[in-house]
Amino acid sequence: MAVKKHWLWLLWSTLTIGMTGLMTYQMFGPDRRVVLPGPTSHGHYQIELDCNVCHTPWMGVKEDACYNCHAAELKAANDSHPKSKFTDPRNADRLELIKADNCVICHREHLPEQTRAMGVTMPDDYCFHCHQQTLTDRPSHKNFAFDSCATAGCHNYHDNTALYEGFLVKHAGELELKDSFAVPARALLATLLDSGVMKRREPLTRAQHNAPSSTEVEPQVLHDWAATAHAKAGVNCRDCHEVEDKASSTKRWSDKLDHTVCVRCHAEEVDSFLGGKHGMRLARGLTPMTPAQARLPMKPDAAHRELNCTSCHSDHAFDTRHAAVDACLSCHNDPHSLAYVNSSHFKLWQAELNATAPANSGVSCATCHLPRETHGAGETARVRVQHNQNANLRPNEKMIRGVCMDCHGLAFSLDALADAALVKTNFIGRPARHIESIDLALRRQMEIQRTKSKPESKP
Amino acid sequence: MKRNSSKLAALSAAVVALSALTVIVTGCGKAEVKSAGFTPKQMADGLFTVMSSDRAVYTKEVVNRLQNDEKVIKASEHWKDEKTLPLPAQMFRMGAETVATKNPGFTYALLSLWPVNKQNAPKTDAEKTGLQFVADSKGATNYYAEEVLGGKKYFTAVYADVAVSPACVKCHNNHDDTPRTDFALNDVMGGVVIRLPLD
Repeated sequence: MAVKKHWLWLLWSTLTIGMTGLMTYQMFGPDRRVVLPGPTSHGHYQIELDCNVCHTPWMGVKEDACYNCHAAELKAANDSHPKSKFTDPRNADRLELIKADNCVICHREHLPEQTRAMGVTMPDDYCFHCHQQTLTDRPSHKNFAFDSCATAGCHNYHDNTALYEGFLVKHAGELELKDSFAVPARALLATLLDSGVMKRREPLTRAQHNAPSSTEVEPQVLHDWAATAHAKAGVNCRDCHEVEDKASSTKRWSDKLDHTVCVRCHAEEVDSFLGGKHGMRLARGLTPMTPAQARLPMKPDAAHRELNCTSCHSDHAFDTRHAAVDACLSCHNDPHSLAYVNSSHFKLWQAELNATAPANSGVSCATCHLPRETHGAGETARVRVQHNQNANLRPNEKMIRGVCMDCHGLAFSLDALADAALVKTNFIGRPARHIESIDLALRRQMEIQRTKSKPESKP
Repeated sequence: MKRNSSKLAALSAAVVALSALTVIVTGCGKAEVKSAGFTPKQMADGLFTVMSSDRAVYTKEVVNRLQNDEKVIKASEHWKDEKTLPLPAQMFRMGAETVATKNPGFTYALLSLWPVNKQNAPKTDAEKTGLQFVADSKGATNYYAEEVLGGKKYFTAVYADVAVSPACVKCHNNHDDTPRTDFALNDVMGGVVIRLPLD
């Protein structure tokens, strides 16, 4: 009897220790899928197994979790509703209605049934809590429902840089398609030289490569390299392929390179790449993103490609034209991507490639999704390519100022981006929707001018 | 013997001097601690002095000089888009927003009974009473009150915001969103509201 009891105790202890070990492994081990409270939103699922990005050790939400990744874009957007607006004691009454001092009140995670565009989980009429007076102050708005404020083209909660009244009025009446158009020209080498990231070097020829004699270099690789901007800028094989051996602190040749090499010269590009869906896993030290993990439709034969700089900028050739279209279409298989080759944008791209249209007048995938951004002005202006392809899609009105208006008028851009069906067909056709925001702004301007021009009635 | 007496006298004098110094320093320390105990009113007044001085310098030495005297650059509402200088009131607000992100324990805001942006109209009773009070007194007297907001007690001070230059008057009278178009120079256009927590 005593022996049986002894064995039962042993069995109980073993099971308890085993279960505890299993639970600990699942909570703190490399694969934490089992402890996920629910599917993660489209913006975060790539890094959902790195719980520590957002959570405290006991699954609370870190105070700065959102700002750690999104602070810069909120600042750039001149955030219309910063946290400080709600922590002001004079807004304590509003805070009781809507706890808008905390991002996760509107953007709750792991709630797929509630999550809508932009990861919003708050009911769409949230503007009601603070802006009821608008219905009486603005007669033009009296019939608008509060769940329509933040739909495309009118207002955004965070970014209104292309939607504020003065901007709408200033750009009213612009042509659908401007007479002449082009995106800013890239001049990366000049920027790198000016900023001191690189020193000026003589261009290199194929014969001047400095790969070690012990390394077999394929002729095609040399041919590709010799034709690149790298060779023209004097960037030789060892500049990239020599990496530091951490164990011996010496440099050694490596054939397997990743973004940590590119970042030596292309810091801003790599930084923005790591901030987007393509690179956010790498930024967290996870395995690279693959098309197989994507929630958008991807080409089956691309499923297991790993996304790094050279996935799009094929190594050695580093052809930016390939990276701008072919690289995208080799993976993306959604209707918008597939329709691109039948679009007017693609015709312009082809015309530029064929040199039948001016440089920088073509519209590639990258033109819109990895846009060229001008920083500064005048002699100090520099153009860098934004490599976070999601940055101007949150929401898509972010694309208006930085992309669409290089070629199109504001009214057309607002209408086009608000028409989901038109977006799907890659803008083949005309907008079926009309966004009234410019009309309303103009009408109000006229009313104000009429009031101002009225002679004051004398008693 | 005489030498020893001199040494003793010198030593005694040194001890007395050191003791006196200790007493003075300690006393001074205590006096300093005591004098550092600002009242909420003193604190708010001090903060307002800094704010209003900074704003006056920006208005006079930056905006007025570069825009009106030397005609180098303009100041405008949409200063980022128009590559101009922020208006003094915007500069003030940006400062308030930056301070708020650092959570120093106090907040301040530029409010008005006739706000260009309706979100800057008075909301609390102290704001409404205070802005009316400083407007009625034409800025001669500040307004101080205690109020409870969100379950916390605050000391609230309201200081008149006066139209110090023709540019202030012109801009407010002509703005599309202004509810008042008859401001004149030296009119009270609004008020700076400073809040200090009392709990």
